[in-house]
Amino acid sequence: MIWDFSRFADTPAMIDENGRQVSYAELKQASEVVAQCVGGRCLVFCLCRNEIGSVVGYTGFLNGSIPPVMLNSHLEEELLRNLVDSYQPAYLWCPADQMAQFPEMTAVHEAYEYVLLKTNFEHSYPLHEDLGLLLTTSGSTGSPKFVRQTYANVLDNARSIVQYLELDATERPITTLPMNYTYGLSIINSHLLVGATILVTEKGLMQKEFWSFFKESGATSFGGVPYTYEMLDRLRFYRMKLPTLRTMTQAGGKILPELHEKFANYAAENGKKFVVMYGQCEATARMGYLPADMAAAKKGSMGIAIPGGKFHLIDANGQEVTEPNVTGELVYEGKNVTMGYAECGDDLAKGDERNGILETGDMAQFDEDGYYYIVGRKKRFLKIYGNRVNLDEVDRLVQGKFHVDFASSGVDDHMYLFVTDEQYAASVRDFVIAKTKLNPAAFKVQVIDEIPKNDAGKTLYKELTKYYV
Amino acid sequence: MTNLEKYNQAFIDSFEITEDQLAGLKYQDIPAWDSAGHMGLISALEDAFDIMMDTDDIIDFSSYEKGKEILAKDDYGVAI
Repeated sequence: MIWDFSRFADTPAMIDENGRQVSYAELKQASEVVAQCVGGRCLVFCLCRNEIGSVVGYTGFLNGSIPPVMLNSHLEEELLRNLVDSYQPAYLWCPADQMAQFPEMTAVHEAYEYVLLKTNFEHSYPLHEDLGLLLTTSGSTGSPKFVRQTYANVLDNARSIVQYLELDATERPITTLPMNYTYGLSIINSHLLVGATILVTEKGLMQKEFWSFFKESGATSFGGVPYTYEMLDRLRFYRMKLPTLRTMTQAGGKILPELHEKFANYAAENGKKFVVMYGQCEATARMGYLPADMAAAKKGSMGIAIPGGKFHLIDANGQEVTEPNVTGELVYEGKNVTMGYAECGDDLAKGDERNGILETGDMAQFDEDGYYYIVGRKKRFLKIYGNRVNLDEVDRLVQGKFHVDFASSGVDDHMYLFVTDEQYAASVRDFVIAKTKLNPAAFKVQVIDEIPKNDAGKTLYKELTKYYV
Repeated sequence: MTNLEKYNQAFIDSFEITEDQLAGLKYQDIPAWDSAGHMGLISALEDAFDIMMDTDDIIDFSSYEKGKEILAKDDYGVAI
């Protein structure tokens, strides 16, 4: 069992934007009923929204030893179908208004506008005894690659977050990130551990209803990816009157140093905390954080390892970096390092493949005081609005579809698509937008004479940087 | 260009849609009008009309029609 809800009985566990409250006692009861309806350990799919029903099902599954695959409820129908067919879950926990998508399944229970659907697969894949839940590494593309997290991972990481953010029952975090996204989920996991009240809403920062709910319900914290902070900056957030706000956290990619500074200064001047953090789904959620009192002094840094974790750097020769300001691959050690990946149903029986050590793929340095700075990535991927997008995969997909010379590159939130033939420019861009399901604003196409390559025919991506830096 | 043409063009460019989709269009009706798209639209409108929009107006801008009302306010004086 992850959470002992009986400790907080009458405290509200959740409030939604319509003013509906669910106490911890009610959450305990409702989540246990969902688990009882499933009836035992088996694989389920949880189609997430930032709504009460979604959290009721999720907590029932985790406390009831029923591993859920956490997916966005807005995932495209065909992608969802493919995942259901390849993993063959016994049940789906789905918003009642999406039931019609699954006419062949039987509703066996309903609560808080969510329904439990029985799938009728004859076969089920064996589950490793430590397997707690499965999460995607990128939010929207429907990739069948999941991260396998254990119950111990979730509990350890949530406790560590509680400790370094000093969370207690008086907190009221408001949802700003999808629940199926590891960072959004970690906020729910950690706050339910201390008896806090989660303000759940599907509304976003650009909507009036979000801010009305924020003010009326007295939100104390929110989390954001770098793009969230760009939007807040744009909204001239600094002028808003938010007396109840205590803490803003940031993760999901490196924030621009100018914005880091602006929000650190805003926090310092207004008696609030701005906490830059670092993490990956492969380490459950969090690995590093920059203590709020260092936010202004260590601009551009993602901080130090979270309580219970350890960082070190490994250079190109496989040696540990011991000097400050030298680049190496960031390696993390801690109990929140997950077991590994699953790419098909058979992988669900696999055990721990990492032994508590994660090579993050991020290149980093530490300064004289031991604070870490991310300086690059080992693998070619971008974070677009907080979603990881693999550039080599984009290249492969486009070349496979159009059979033309192509290369993708860019910086976070701005992907550049390089083609040599003008007539493919629009269709290549449309294709990449459709595949990633991200806002078109992030994609620019550029026609160039030729894709720079070395003698062996390998694309020289560095030479493309001149087009966008 | 008339104000209406400029206004429409900001939507068309930001969301990559056609003019016949504009009437009745609301936030989140189409995938391109999400929070990222909203920010792009506001920038495009601010550039087109050389204005700076207030926070309350940015978050109140929930539809094609609502936007016209907001821009017509005395603060901006853009009659569409």
